[in-house]
Amino acid sequence: MSRPMTIAEKILAAHAGLDSVEPGQLVEVDVDFALGNDITAPIAIKIFRQAGVNTVFDREKIALVSDHFVPNKDIMSAEQARLLREFAAEQGIVHHYDGGESGVEHVLLPEKGLVLPGDVVIGADSHTCTYGAMGTFATGVGSTDLAATMITGKTWFKVPESIKFVYKGKLRPWVGGKDLILYTIGDIGVDGALYMAMEFTGPVIDSMSMAGRFTMSNMAIEAGGKVGLINPDDTTLDYVTDRAVRDFTVYRSDEDAQYAKVIEYDCSEIEPQVACPHLPENTKGISEVGNVPLDQVVIGSCTNGRLEDLALAADVISGRRVSKGLRLIVIPTTPTVYIQALEKGFLTTFLNAGAVIGPPTCGPCLGGHMGVLAKGERALSTTNRNFVGRMGHPESEVYLANPAIAAASAVLGRIGSPDEL
Amino acid sequence: MKIKGKVWKFGKNIDTDVIIPARYLNTSDPAELAKHCMEDADPDFSKKIKPGDIIVAGKNFGCGSSREHAPIALKAAGIGCVIALSFARIFYRNAFNMGLPIFECDETASALEEGDEVEVDADTGEIRDLTTGDIFKAQPIPPFMQELVSDGGLIPHVLKSL
Repeated sequence: MSRPMTIAEKILAAHAGLDSVEPGQLVEVDVDFALGNDITAPIAIKIFRQAGVNTVFDREKIALVSDHFVPNKDIMSAEQARLLREFAAEQGIVHHYDGGESGVEHVLLPEKGLVLPGDVVIGADSHTCTYGAMGTFATGVGSTDLAATMITGKTWFKVPESIKFVYKGKLRPWVGGKDLILYTIGDIGVDGALYMAMEFTGPVIDSMSMAGRFTMSNMAIEAGGKVGLINPDDTTLDYVTDRAVRDFTVYRSDEDAQYAKVIEYDCSEIEPQVACPHLPENTKGISEVGNVPLDQVVIGSCTNGRLEDLALAADVISGRRVSKGLRLIVIPTTPTVYIQALEKGFLTTFLNAGAVIGPPTCGPCLGGHMGVLAKGERALSTTNRNFVGRMGHPESEVYLANPAIAAASAVLGRIGSPDEL
Repeated sequence: MKIKGKVWKFGKNIDTDVIIPARYLNTSDPAELAKHCMEDADPDFSKKIKPGDIIVAGKNFGCGSSREHAPIALKAAGIGCVIALSFARIFYRNAFNMGLPIFECDETASALEEGDEVEVDADTGEIRDLTTGDIFKAQPIPPFMQELVSDGGLIPHVLKSL
């Protein structure tokens, strides 16, 4: 009989063709899906060509998503998107997304059922860990590793130790997945899970929607984690079953699996969280933030740009106006999210409030375009990183929070809660 | 393999947006990326450094994005190696894949001062501060990884052996 294993260990063992694996072991695994974007794929394509290989390992198991600098912001970024387009055409890559078919990769690929529970997924983008919310062993790699997988369909991993996080208690008003993950990063630090698998469990996770779960897994990398896993349950299957483009296997951690650490949180003590400049670990409860005037608020990204996020923000801002002099930018992350937000009237609500609606893009999250900050400006954003210069000028500042806090702050002109409206 | 150069010191959690800001990721040209290396921490960094110079930093160097542009920029700017208390995992893998040697060293290495002349021996992991005479111990780089580094990264290394 094999040893009791965590979900991370089970997925890696299955993909390495082994009965069991243990932390520290190096394994070569089959990759179910690999992805790159308009920033990282150009280097992978260059390496692919340099290697002199003619065809990718499987044209249905690779996604090339132009999402970071689209619609292209300048000639150089247009050249990068063109490289993806030409490579996709040449190789017959089935899942190439561009123009009106494209969206923020980590919302788009789960939405299309291309990445599934039990998969091993590698992506040349650090937020590939988002798919862990479905019980997928998904992690970010560099362009060279992506190129190697595009050639061979395989990659290697060191089996990570796992930390189990148990979320208990009753959530306070306006608290969701974003707050729990920010609180967790604030507690363990930006390298608190370095090289490790994070596993999010407990009754609060059990009753959380997929949107909230995606947000939590998305930011595992912000604690240094390799993956941020949630054991699949009925909520997962409800989300996945009708979308899945192929069969998948559900793995769940054994009750007696070994963890490097188990950390429990009483969520009834957690208020909405704000990560202050310049690290995601600089978290404070909303009541402790004080008076922080804002120039810009961004609602969007692979962290918090799903329909549920826009619904929450629209609910808060409905019938109100964005504070004079503040710019609110709302970015639905995929064409589907955009259409649904349109049909449900959320976009009208945002426009009536004085917001700018952007096309699906990563854009301002990484200071790419469509909302870059000037010197000395301050933004609150539903995104994932508040590093120096992340959204623009090195002397600008970024605060991170959930979509309800973002919407309320846009109305107040400073960081604040919907309770203050 | 020995690396010799002047120390440039940085703090902990040096993220990939500091190593190479995303606003320059509309290219993957090493020479262009090198110009903007560490720019948001020190605007003149790429002009001040000389080939072989060494970055010494605290924990979690390279945290954040998966951009391979980060080790590419450091290497193209002339950085000989990075010594840090720890490295973020994607950066760690990318650095070797790109042929940039990196060394994990305990807290004693924080005694290395900016401007010190330092020699690092990849075989033994010995860091010799030629300015002060102090010696520190980092994790050595195993021979096959050194070969990978001297070949210029994973892909040239693999192609050579085909």
